[in-house]
Amino acid sequence: MKFTRRKAIIGGIVGGGFLGVGFWFARERDRLGNRTLFNLKPGEAGLNGWVKISRDNSVVVAVPRAEMGQGIQTALAMLVAEEMDARWDQVRVEDPPEDAVYRNVDILVDGLPFSPEEAGTVVDVAHWMAGKLGGVLGVNATGGSTSTRDAWVPMRTAGAVARDLLLRAASRKASIPIADLVAVDGEIRRRDGAKVVTFGELVDSIGDLAVRPPPPLKEPSEFKLIGTSPPRTDVPAKVTGTATFGVDVRLPHLLYAAVRNAPSFGGAANGFKLKQGALPEGVEKVVIVPGGIAAIGKSWWRANKFLDEEVEVQWQDGPEPKLDSATLWKRYEQLLETGEPALTRTFGSESRPDKVQTLTATYRAPYLAHTPMEPMNCTAHVREHEIGRQGVEVWMPNQSSTLMRLVAARTAGVSQSDVTVHTTFLGGGFGRRAEVDLVRQAVTCALAMPDRPIQVLWSREEDIRHDVYRPMALARWRADLDVGGSTPKLTGVAKRQVAQSPTDQFPARVIGLPAQGKPEGNAVENPPYAFASYRLDAIVADGSVPVGFWRSVGHSHTAFFDESFIDELAHALAKDPLALRRELLAGKPRYLKVLDTVAREAGWGTPLPAGSGRGMALRASFGSIVAQVAEVAVTDGKTLQVKRVTCAIDCGPVVNPATVRAQMESGIIYGLSAALYGEITLAGGAVEQGNFPDYDAVRLADAPVMAVHLVDSGSSAIGGIGEPGTPPIAPAVANAIFAATGKRLRSLPLRLS
Amino acid sequence: MIPLTVNGQARQVDAEPDKPLLWVLREDLNVVGPKFGCGIAVCGACTVHVEGQPVRSCSIAVGDVAGKSVITIEGLAGGESTLHAVQRAWIENQVPQCGYCQPGFIMAAAALLKGKPRPSDQDIDDALNNICRCGTYSAIRRAVHRAAAILGGAL
Repeated sequence: MKFTRRKAIIGGIVGGGFLGVGFWFARERDRLGNRTLFNLKPGEAGLNGWVKISRDNSVVVAVPRAEMGQGIQTALAMLVAEEMDARWDQVRVEDPPEDAVYRNVDILVDGLPFSPEEAGTVVDVAHWMAGKLGGVLGVNATGGSTSTRDAWVPMRTAGAVARDLLLRAASRKASIPIADLVAVDGEIRRRDGAKVVTFGELVDSIGDLAVRPPPPLKEPSEFKLIGTSPPRTDVPAKVTGTATFGVDVRLPHLLYAAVRNAPSFGGAANGFKLKQGALPEGVEKVVIVPGGIAAIGKSWWRANKFLDEEVEVQWQDGPEPKLDSATLWKRYEQLLETGEPALTRTFGSESRPDKVQTLTATYRAPYLAHTPMEPMNCTAHVREHEIGRQGVEVWMPNQSSTLMRLVAARTAGVSQSDVTVHTTFLGGGFGRRAEVDLVRQAVTCALAMPDRPIQVLWSREEDIRHDVYRPMALARWRADLDVGGSTPKLTGVAKRQVAQSPTDQFPARVIGLPAQGKPEGNAVENPPYAFASYRLDAIVADGSVPVGFWRSVGHSHTAFFDESFIDELAHALAKDPLALRRELLAGKPRYLKVLDTVAREAGWGTPLPAGSGRGMALRASFGSIVAQVAEVAVTDGKTLQVKRVTCAIDCGPVVNPATVRAQMESGIIYGLSAALYGEITLAGGAVEQGNFPDYDAVRLADAPVMAVHLVDSGSSAIGGIGEPGTPPIAPAVANAIFAATGKRLRSLPLRLS
Repeated sequence: MIPLTVNGQARQVDAEPDKPLLWVLREDLNVVGPKFGCGIAVCGACTVHVEGQPVRSCSIAVGDVAGKSVITIEGLAGGESTLHAVQRAWIENQVPQCGYCQPGFIMAAAALLKGKPRPSDQDIDDALNNICRCGTYSAIRRAVHRAAAILGGAL
């Protein structure tokens, strides 16, 4: 393993015997929280910051992550319930207050320069250091497929500590030695099975018992709940129409605001004129907000129509008001040839054979919008007479309550302790809801009309035209084949790629940090393949188009480039794409097991009718390894149907298999919508698409039959599941199209004609 | 005032007649189960039943449903404790992810099964052309077949 400079620095800081026996517990204790932290109500007793019991015998688990469909409420509650030995049907979830113990450490760790397969002391220490950093920043965020990875130890520890407290409380209450007691199914029992007391009956018996260091966590063989698929906590409300999303927030005297954002990126509204000279009935105020203009009234529909028909806005252009896609691609092509890389990575040593054949291929990926089903919204209430005392309240489907609170406070000019953020269910997130544009606009509206709660809602057109986009990207792969012998041999490979960097833009956009010019980490991860030599030159494009986190971020385009090229290499070397991958992964049993599983389950190599083909792709991302085989049928040379997708995933220990399967299917459909239809283009400085007819999504009729296989390689490192299903699908389909037709599609979306 | 019946209750609405039914439900009647997704009758998140037929409520004026019966996701179940067969099947199959589009899918599925008690996959594809960005489609297909079985008398 190469010892990079960054690792040397981290290693140096913690060198000299710092790592002691108490280190592990010190780290987890930091995240336990005290017994009064978690919103205690009458009849409830807190056991630590993560769990409380109630006299009605429910076990209430703190879930500080946003539920956007990924099943995180269920998965995280399972971690606590497992170690506590609670019964699943007594478990409820609740949002905890904003506090540093609920911070997401892994989302910061993912920003560190380690590849997923690395483990050991250095990574462990970096983890701890980022934890300290997380404590300082207090980041409560949901993203990067980190939630379960982050919670895996702290929340199980919280459950184990809680069980220990309950056992001691029962021992004291019933005067039975603790050694004779066990926790089973929400009760404390004698070892012979006789019930002593239920958890709920211990609410008044915890008293002054001190929290002790946690007993050892369960071995996987002892799990009863983890590894099963109990009913999700959020499903009943979602099938009866009672789940509250951001748009469903209803408050006394609520007003609604519609918004028009400046046509070109970075633009603003300078002023406006009412065509009728006065505000019509139903519209109470027009407010200039950051990036645009808002109309506030009793009906969103009326306010939105008013903006369309009755207002003339004087727009201030952004920096590139004439930008169009063709010009941008030309700029990128030039950068690909002559741009200075912001990052160069190499491994192996380059050696040029005497007789060499060079294979090059250039790939393209467009900008993409997120289009979560719930259009962007935020509700804010500024209590004028109370500023300085929790004066700003925000209700919002968001992926980082910490950031929303920070930006709400800055917008209102109050301190963060005067802001309360309520996170509702998210009608889809996909990375879009980490952004702060809506909270800025909503608080601005609320400041203009103090003491009235105001719900800002964007139309679908505003959502598509004013997103932060998955970056468009251009890449050129090159491989040298030694053709001196009887069969060609692969020597070195190299890739140059051009894209904007969401991780560079995001801190600048959100909190005004200066851009560093660094590429986004996921876009520059090393491939798992043992190439003789590898070189990556990553060029960071600048430009005014806002780019952001889009499900799997850089993997969403680089997996297409990399896995398409592996397929091209296989054909150039006259090898089966599976065989070439197996060769290049020879020393990596986890990858091989995933590949072999997907190949076997997909019937790789078995015959298909004419016009049909199978394609394969593999991608490790967010701590998990995923391989997919797509089977396509092409009729008349132009009609494409993706008939079947087989998926294998190794995500380490599986908390909830049904959720893993659902997230793989979800990632596949999300990636397939992009692969088949997704393209945001620019003309005259503005986005050309506006609603689902021109920014379409896969429907039931286009959805392939999917089979997901969970691979257990015995790894104890837990991986993410929200994003890793997305990257492989585009290259798997492109490679299948090649197998079916001989046509190599190197641009997304995949168009046959 | 425009009269209409929503989930069995007679209501009078003081709204412009061209205001879409969706916004009357959400803003004037506090019935927020039907969701806004696209505003142009494409995504189906706003689907409700008008006189038993599935309708995209974002694109029908309240004036055009005057005097008619509107059923939303909130009124689909027979009573507080009796879920509709489609809702039962949705829970059994753990269909929802983010859940935002599900009221629309459930209403569309319930309407489909009224007309076609044993729908084929093709029937389901044709009737349920709503959009789900979480990709719950395979679970939806299973759940529609299961709901058909429940309505046909299966336990």
